[in-house]
Amino acid sequence: MPDFNVRADSVNVEQIMEQIRARIREKRGVDYTEAQIRELAAVKLERFLDPSGIRSDLLEQFRKVQPPYSPPELPNYAFEDSTLYESHRGPLRLIRKLLNPLLKLFFNPNPLIQALHIQARLNTMSAEREATREAARRASDQLFYELIHNLVIETTRMSIEVKNLKMRVESIGSRLEFNERRARALESAVVYKSEESPSPAADSRPPRPHAPAPPQAASHVESRPSAATPAERPSEAAPRGDQAPQAAAPGGEGPGQRSRRRRRRRGRRGRGPAAAVMGGQAPQTDESVAHGDDQADSLSDRESDAPAHDDLETISGADAHPTEPPPDPESHEG
Amino acid sequence: MKLAVVVQRYGRQINGGAELHARYIAEHLAKHAQIEVLTTCATDYVTWRNELPAGTEEINGVTVRRFRVKHERDPNVFGKRSERVFEGRHSIGDELDWLDAEGPTAPAIVDHLTKHAADYDYCLFFSYRYYHAYYGARATASRAVLVPTAERDEAIGLHIFHDVFRSVRAVMYNSPEERAMIHAVSGNDDVPGVVVGVGSEVAANPQPSRFRQKHDIRGPFAIYVGRIDQNKGCTQLFEFFQGYLRDVSDKTTLVLIGHSLLPIPTHPRIRHLGFVDEADKYDALAAADLLIMPSYFESLSMVALEAWALGKPVLVNGKCDVLKGQCLRSNAGLFYENYAEFAETLRAIETNRWLAASLGRNGRQYFKEHYDWPVVVRKYLDMFERLKKEAPKKSIEPLPGWFERRRQNLPAANEVLAAIPSGPAVHGKTDARRRA
Repeated sequence: MPDFNVRADSVNVEQIMEQIRARIREKRGVDYTEAQIRELAAVKLERFLDPSGIRSDLLEQFRKVQPPYSPPELPNYAFEDSTLYESHRGPLRLIRKLLNPLLKLFFNPNPLIQALHIQARLNTMSAEREATREAARRASDQLFYELIHNLVIETTRMSIEVKNLKMRVESIGSRLEFNERRARALESAVVYKSEESPSPAADSRPPRPHAPAPPQAASHVESRPSAATPAERPSEAAPRGDQAPQAAAPGGEGPGQRSRRRRRRRGRRGRGPAAAVMGGQAPQTDESVAHGDDQADSLSDRESDAPAHDDLETISGADAHPTEPPPDPESHEG
Repeated sequence: MKLAVVVQRYGRQINGGAELHARYIAEHLAKHAQIEVLTTCATDYVTWRNELPAGTEEINGVTVRRFRVKHERDPNVFGKRSERVFEGRHSIGDELDWLDAEGPTAPAIVDHLTKHAADYDYCLFFSYRYYHAYYGARATASRAVLVPTAERDEAIGLHIFHDVFRSVRAVMYNSPEERAMIHAVSGNDDVPGVVVGVGSEVAANPQPSRFRQKHDIRGPFAIYVGRIDQNKGCTQLFEFFQGYLRDVSDKTTLVLIGHSLLPIPTHPRIRHLGFVDEADKYDALAAADLLIMPSYFESLSMVALEAWALGKPVLVNGKCDVLKGQCLRSNAGLFYENYAEFAETLRAIETNRWLAASLGRNGRQYFKEHYDWPVVVRKYLDMFERLKKEAPKKSIEPLPGWFERRRQNLPAANEVLAAIPSGPAVHGKTDARRRA
């Protein structure tokens, strides 16, 4: 933001004020004049102030409930020049007229007549004005009623929309979590396959996450033993528990994620291999599933076992999220 | 040359704008003419209660003749009459009743002037809106010189004063904005007039450090000097300044000097020192980084002139035409019309030393050129010389008769005021931006 360009020997307040106003405009975007603000305010209010634009029939109901307004009949009088001298008796009227000059000797009735005449007119005008005001007030009451009603509707709608948006945020959050997990698992699977390449030097090399060898890995999947003996299980389970923290660290997994995977694994053990349940190609043992499931848990497991199709299903979370298509095993098999 | 200075209150302890103005003018003109001050026994501008003895006394070498006020102001009556003449159609009689209710109703001053008008060469009437100025100017129209000290408020819309503006011998204006406003409302362009204002008794050697030490004030501070009142824009000042502390910078302190009619916000950066003596006031002004003048209505801000005399920049309310015009003419102050502008202008003065110093330097120069005492006194003396050469052109119109006075044919003063063009006057002429 530009600072003030002020030289000590030449200060022009008008220019400085222009610069200051420019800064303010920069800060808040648009510098509306009062007229523009009024115009904007009027535009926003038009919807509410235009009765034809009102959606509901509540205004009609409100009008029905309200008693119709009729201005009260206020007492008034007429006072003209001749009112003072009027009488239903003709001679009396005549005498009064004749004596009028005499009366004016004692006092001047004209200001009185004028004042009362003006007062009568003022009374009429006041009654009319009052009636107009009352009508306007009632009309504005109706509009306010409608305005408040519309505000309530809008507030309710906004509240529902906020709830919907919250749910969408939660849903997107869970999908994101799932995708992250899947990405980690897939990454681990690829690393594992590169470790299983037939190169004799592979055993002595550290795992290279960015150097996969898909064709070799695929052939290994086909030739790998499909089941492990029960005797192997305790020996595998023990080191897995010991090595889990080491394996979890690179993936940044917390204990909660691991425990969720273990729960899934136990559930699958109960109902048999996923591939068998779903009519998959190769029967998978619990162990192979466990190995596939725990790719991130134990590096030694990766070195001894290879992921099968069911493993990929498991690690990709396809069982937990049936709508997500599992990774195509063909792509791994070349 | 013998001059009468007629003003509503007068005394060393009276610090109201117009009253101080009158005292300064009387004391400085006393070196060139024989001065007699005609004033009331009142010291309180709200009640006009007689608190000083009637008679003659001498104050700073000037003879002061005091007259008793006939009745005190009744706020209820004054309020009702103000509402009547400011907001509705009314008559001349209503306006005269309003003037009587406003006070200070001192017919003795008018009687004295009527009897002794010939003893004075000229009568200087201060503050057009008061009883003494209206009736006094009517009684001595051929010798009356008016110092209106007019602000842009409803009173300027009252019809009775327009005749006075047209009938006096000369008008000594405080600012070009005031002159433009009076010309517009009364059409008195042909009446000799000059923009004079008033000088100030600025201390020659103020001591900023003494003030800081005495009141334990550290760091930069902005100062407000005057009555702390809503009418002076102080409520808005408090609101804006607290916003500034919250949003922009909390380094500056606001120091308030003057009697307070408002609750002062409790904030460590807002300090109220109450009423201080003149020496302390000038020490404070010299110690301050800037003066803030938030008032909406001013005919001439003397404290702004004093700040300029001491080389301090000012920040004023841009909605006051006079203050804004002074800033533009002098290039010695900034102005604001809303919070955003307040924050930015205050920040600019606070953070940009060159800007603050340049504004202050311009202010000092502006004061020297226009409001230094020799300049002000010379303008008065020139005007008296001019009036001596010119014969009075017309006499004042007599007040209308009983019926005419009661004719409800005058528009509300508010309407008249709204129709007067507004905006600052720059470079001696009415600014092109003045809006109808």
